[in-house]
Amino acid sequence: MAKTMFSEVKSTPQFWGTLVILGAFVGAAAMSVLYIEKYGHIVTGMNNQIVWGLPHVFAIFLIVAASGALNVASIESVFGKADYKPASRLSSVLAIALLMGGLAALVLDLGRADRLIIAMTKYNFRSIFAWNVLLYTGFIGVVAVYLYMQMARGIPAIWLRSAGIAAFIWRLALTTGTGSIFGWLVARSAYDAAIMAPLFISMSFSFGLAMFMLVSTCTKRLTGQGFNDVLRLRMARLLGVFAAVVLYFTAVQHLSNMYVAEHWNVVKFILLNGGIYTQLFWIGQVILGGIVPMAILFHPSLARKTKPLMAAVLLIILGGFAQLYVIVIGGQAFPLDMFPGLEVSSSFFDGVINSYTPSIYEWALGLGAVALAFIITGIAIKILRILPEATSE
Amino acid sequence: MKLPMVNNKKTDPTDIGRRQFMKSGAAMVTVTLAPGVTIMAYGGSAESQANPATRWGLLIDVNKCTKDCDECVTACSKENGWQDTGNPETDAQWIRKIDLLNPETGLEQSLAVMCQHCEDAPCVDVCPTGASFKRPDGIVLVDKHTCIGCRYCMMACPYKARSFIHEPVTDQKPYAPRGKGTVEGCTLCVHRVDVGGTPACVEACNTTGNGAMIFGNLNDPESEIAIQLATYASSAIRSDLGLNPGVRYQNL
Repeated sequence: MAKTMFSEVKSTPQFWGTLVILGAFVGAAAMSVLYIEKYGHIVTGMNNQIVWGLPHVFAIFLIVAASGALNVASIESVFGKADYKPASRLSSVLAIALLMGGLAALVLDLGRADRLIIAMTKYNFRSIFAWNVLLYTGFIGVVAVYLYMQMARGIPAIWLRSAGIAAFIWRLALTTGTGSIFGWLVARSAYDAAIMAPLFISMSFSFGLAMFMLVSTCTKRLTGQGFNDVLRLRMARLLGVFAAVVLYFTAVQHLSNMYVAEHWNVVKFILLNGGIYTQLFWIGQVILGGIVPMAILFHPSLARKTKPLMAAVLLIILGGFAQLYVIVIGGQAFPLDMFPGLEVSSSFFDGVINSYTPSIYEWALGLGAVALAFIITGIAIKILRILPEATSE
Repeated sequence: MKLPMVNNKKTDPTDIGRRQFMKSGAAMVTVTLAPGVTIMAYGGSAESQANPATRWGLLIDVNKCTKDCDECVTACSKENGWQDTGNPETDAQWIRKIDLLNPETGLEQSLAVMCQHCEDAPCVDVCPTGASFKRPDGIVLVDKHTCIGCRYCMMACPYKARSFIHEPVTDQKPYAPRGKGTVEGCTLCVHRVDVGGTPACVEACNTTGNGAMIFGNLNDPESEIAIQLATYASSAIRSDLGLNPGVRYQNL
């Protein structure tokens, strides 16, 4: 097999133009953050019932996708598939970039974002949230070392493989931790399930590979540098498998809850009578985000064509957002069951389905976080030898 | 029924961090909560007043807690400075009245619900910075200096006992500091308890209300609350979770 040559991407008006547009999103996010900081979360759609809103959906999507974006690099150096090498550096870069975008959304939505230093210096090790702070920052470090190994000359293969294995194990731990933020919430019937951890791992494989395919296709179009269509088709088939695995874990999650009488009401809410959440689940996640893209990805000819393939990739990404919206917001919209079997009412919205309408500031923050991840990726491919040269395919 | 004591021997990282913080505030620190709003915290006082041999608790008789009475809520609001600002979805509520209806039997009941001051408090477990903490005497509080406003405690609390401050706050009580962007909840009127008093809700319930609330030391077998608990059946909300709340209910 020919040796892959990597290079920095060339400056083109399209490349810089894209970065400027992305920068506008980041600017809008920054202004939103300052606005929320000044007036408080009253200007958002979040309240004392829906305490985590759209910024958290974006943040969790990006964090989950970050670990999955590392799939391609792992396939090359952990599972020894050398033909994935042209894509492996971008895989590591995107993993770091997506995580930074997700962390930005998470941190900037804090009630006291100015106290970030406290979150970095005071740890309650019984909190999975505190562990996640370490898992997230550690992931950036581990993948950065891995990327260095991928890029440096004369690194022994065993070192690269070891770094790859470390990063792979770390990403599994990271997604386990993210899923457990919800899985360990004993008070809420929509969560409180150990399956959240493997469900989130499966989501990371799917969303992360989809984000990688989207970004790598865009960068190839913008710069002319990337990997060949044979490799892309293999990734497409793999993405189809991952999408199926997500549907599998989702099915097990809801079937298990159906069996538990005390959880039946929340299952009914999500699957049957939850309004927007039911629609997002069936239409957004299952049909448009699962079955339709799988049909494209496993199709003999459609998956070879760029437009249907990109449609499938975008559907998986949007389906992923829908899934996380249902998990994060839908799970809170369903009221706490403090008095099983009794009808409850109060001035504090006990016993009612809680409503939530995200504000423009939350959209701006979330989209800005995505843009930030893309900008970091753009800068990385501009200053580092991340993408294969156009002639080395 | 004997309530297990709070295990006071445990020194978890949360408590150590808090002690160090308290020590650092040796006498008094002034902290800016928001532009123009400062609070003063008296370092060390809360810790030094908490007696590890004590476990403070509440007993609420639901039969006496009538639907039309909310004296406890009014008293708490007045005492601690949280109020209705016309935004019910975002306004804080440290204590609220919940009306119950049993659809099978038609039985209607009403009860006051606030932070249940759990022995194994989920809010304390999940708080990443240790801002959510339990005193040695069982009172669960939020350290307003280290709360970063992540709201994970609100996700974790089975009782919806915590509120997030969504707007700038003014006219704070010096003993109940509040700050935009942090989480708050019932303090069991720790400022009163530490000087031998009773929580404002209990005082109001026993003066202008229906006398449905008893406050006292669960670990003292001679206390009225302990005698009541030992004599009559009582229950905890969501007792299935095994959190051992310090707030108990009779006739629920």
